[in-house]
Amino acid sequence: MSEYIIEMLNITKEFPGIIANDNITLQLKKGEIHALLGENGAGKSTLMSVLFGLYQPEKGEIRKDGQVVQIRDPNDANALGIGMVHQHFKLVEVFSVLDNIILGVEPASKGLGVLQKAQARQKVIELSERYGLKVDPDAMVEDITVGMQQRTEILKMLYRDNEVLIFDEPTAVLTPQEIDELMKIMKGLAAEGKSILFITHKLDEIKAVADRCTVLRKGRFIGTVDVASTSKEEMSEMMVGRKVQLVMEKTPAKLGESVLSVQNLTVKSKRHGKAVVNDVSFNVRKGEIVCIAGIDGNGQSELVYALTGLLKADSGRIYLNSRDITHMTIRERTQCGMSHIPEDRHKHGLVLDYSLEDNLVLKQYYKAPFSKKGFLRFDEIRRYAEGLIEKFDVRSGQGAVTRARSMSGGNQQKAIIAREIDMGSDLLIAVQPTRGLDVGAIEYIRKELLAQRDAGKAVLLVSLELDEVLEVPDRILVMYEGEIVGELDPKYTTAKELGLYMAGAQRKG
Amino acid sequence: MNQKKSFISRLASSEGFLSVAASLLCIVIGLLLGVVVLAIIEPAHAINDGLLVIIQSGLKSPRNMGTVLANAAPLIMTGLSVGFAFKTGLFNIGAAGQYTVGAFGALYCAIVLQLPWYVCLLAAMLLGAVWGAIPGIFKAYLNINEVITAIMFNWIGLYMVNDFMYGKGASPMYDLQTTKTYSLRKVAQGSMIPSCGLSDYFGKLQSVTIAIFIAVFFAIVVYIVLNKTTFGYELKACGFNKNAAQYAGINDKKNIILSMMIAGALAGVGAGLYYLSTVAEWNPQVSTALPAIGFNGISAALLACSNPIGTVFSSLFISYITVGGTKLSTQYYTKEIADVITALIIYLCAFSMLFKSRIRVLLAGKKRGAGLGKGGDD
Repeated sequence: MSEYIIEMLNITKEFPGIIANDNITLQLKKGEIHALLGENGAGKSTLMSVLFGLYQPEKGEIRKDGQVVQIRDPNDANALGIGMVHQHFKLVEVFSVLDNIILGVEPASKGLGVLQKAQARQKVIELSERYGLKVDPDAMVEDITVGMQQRTEILKMLYRDNEVLIFDEPTAVLTPQEIDELMKIMKGLAAEGKSILFITHKLDEIKAVADRCTVLRKGRFIGTVDVASTSKEEMSEMMVGRKVQLVMEKTPAKLGESVLSVQNLTVKSKRHGKAVVNDVSFNVRKGEIVCIAGIDGNGQSELVYALTGLLKADSGRIYLNSRDITHMTIRERTQCGMSHIPEDRHKHGLVLDYSLEDNLVLKQYYKAPFSKKGFLRFDEIRRYAEGLIEKFDVRSGQGAVTRARSMSGGNQQKAIIAREIDMGSDLLIAVQPTRGLDVGAIEYIRKELLAQRDAGKAVLLVSLELDEVLEVPDRILVMYEGEIVGELDPKYTTAKELGLYMAGAQRKG
Repeated sequence: MNQKKSFISRLASSEGFLSVAASLLCIVIGLLLGVVVLAIIEPAHAINDGLLVIIQSGLKSPRNMGTVLANAAPLIMTGLSVGFAFKTGLFNIGAAGQYTVGAFGALYCAIVLQLPWYVCLLAAMLLGAVWGAIPGIFKAYLNINEVITAIMFNWIGLYMVNDFMYGKGASPMYDLQTTKTYSLRKVAQGSMIPSCGLSDYFGKLQSVTIAIFIAVFFAIVVYIVLNKTTFGYELKACGFNKNAAQYAGINDKKNIILSMMIAGALAGVGAGLYYLSTVAEWNPQVSTALPAIGFNGISAALLACSNPIGTVFSSLFISYITVGGTKLSTQYYTKEIADVITALIIYLCAFSMLFKSRIRVLLAGKKRGAGLGKGGDD
């Protein structure tokens, strides 16, 4: 018997014009937790798709227990005992936990095929006790927490007797406490002999659970290291290809007068009439970054929509530079000095089928010098766009005329940031500005936010990333179920304390 | 060699060239499939009495050429109407209804009020605009799909217009002898769009008027509005991504209504051009179906990828093969074959994205097909 349960040897996978995986080797030992580290676009997902049978590699072979195997589709992968928890869960929301677990492998009586849930339930309960995966088999998936949904996904793999478990960025949606619990579960699974592939770009988590770590960069294999004897700095350098500043350098904030003042703001859901933003009051002053922290879906999006005018506030007042903007249109707010880096850059931030230059004037096209008597002045737009592209180092295939759709996520985000910052607004609202970006771009964007603060602007940051919440802002406001449940000073708080507020277990009046 | 290559690769990256090439390819394949249809119906005559008649008749006599032009003018307008709405992300299936009420406006002003032709045209435009605005308002304020409202208002418009024009035979517009509206040639020559001598070139066909130039003029105006003005920028932004337009502070409700209004106005003008050029009269008792020209506008717009200038050419082409269809010998085929071929071509337009990328790859050579890469972590 081989020492390795799964070996992917010299895998090469090409797409037209790009080599997504270039001669990559990954060997997974039995009972180990093996991290797969890399930035966005490094080829992690492609490699896992090859293992899962979604893509066929051009070169290389896959071995299971030392035997060469062909994985043509996910059914082959399942038959070989390979299971995966996807980043976005694949659950039927209106089914119970148990129904979701047995979906596709339902135990049925011979002949008529009557569903026999009793034995399935027995097996699920056994598994959940054995591995410490607390779930309520009869709860509807739409009613349970994200953490329990994830445990349901894990049980799905275990129910199918999978031996190789792939976790694709499993911590992105969890609170710090839930992350701790997941880490424990993963260790437990490994101790029981399961082999785990753990895809991530978070170094702390690798340090916490993984035995070994394989690093990919731009489709190439950089190396496999022993986690215990490798520092975080070394791993991040392998991942990015240069030294990275993991901790931001910050000068003390020089506070000025209040720019944004929110008083008793309430927004009700159109669907069920409940308050999704409930009596929220806070202010943001010149020269500071205030961060709204919280788990996704606790009213942060609606709060921002109400502030920016995309959604009507049901009650309360919003003041920008002491002017009441509560009932202003979006354009009037922009003209009063509000910039907005939206949460979803494809939905709101860009007209993807417009060129880069058209996108760069999206909020100013109607003003001089970009238009004259209702006609656009293309030469002025081009000149302005080229200036911004240069200043913010926005990279694209054909410069100003590139279609926004064809640009990389990082450069799309840079374009939005360039547009919003260059308007010179007093208030910058940035919602998850680093989501889905690689380390280099994240570093750049955080620095840019700090530069805005140091230039005397007020910055309201909404973030789900813990490290961002703890590093970037001067003040943290935690939102839970539509309310602000705590105000914390990032200098004197810990991830643990933050997590308690985020989970609603603690609140300060 | 090197220069040639760079020219070809420039072509390969030019969206305009690729669109035209893809549309031409649609036409060629559509005609070939048309031959197949002709062959199925009557194999022995498919080429000589079928395809060749369709593609040659339009040029065979000056009169035929005149018919092509006279029918193309209103088709350009409904094509522009549909294309304009497409650019704003709206599907104006109501061009037929807007065309119908436009026809009423033009004919009423001509026959009853005896107004000059340009005033009649303006009336057609205004009524079309009103009829277009209605689905726009429903869409903007109540979020009711414009397709549903427009279809209903197509029929409301049709029956209202029929009733006004017929009035149980007592309508001042209704000619009991011809059972149609009065011919403008008889009762309102001052309301006819002038020919300015054009008809002399086309075998004295009186319906050849300056209408075709008016249609081309509108195409140019629409092109300028869409591509050169801030208003066009807003409309297209709404069409491509309504959310982003809202986010940028663009009033999307206003733009939806305006866009539908303009689309309606264009369709209304189309009706004016048709009836004021006396190509035909309205027959209120037989007209229980919506005017096909409203729906052919969809074909014209699709074939032209909604480009206003392209719409001029696609409309000319559709008008051309339609005239060809009417010249088919009824012994073997019916004139609706031309519609079948148009339909085939439009159907193929759905593949134009595919054709485009194929042509691009073909021109650029295999190596330059790069950059379409896939496969990242997301």
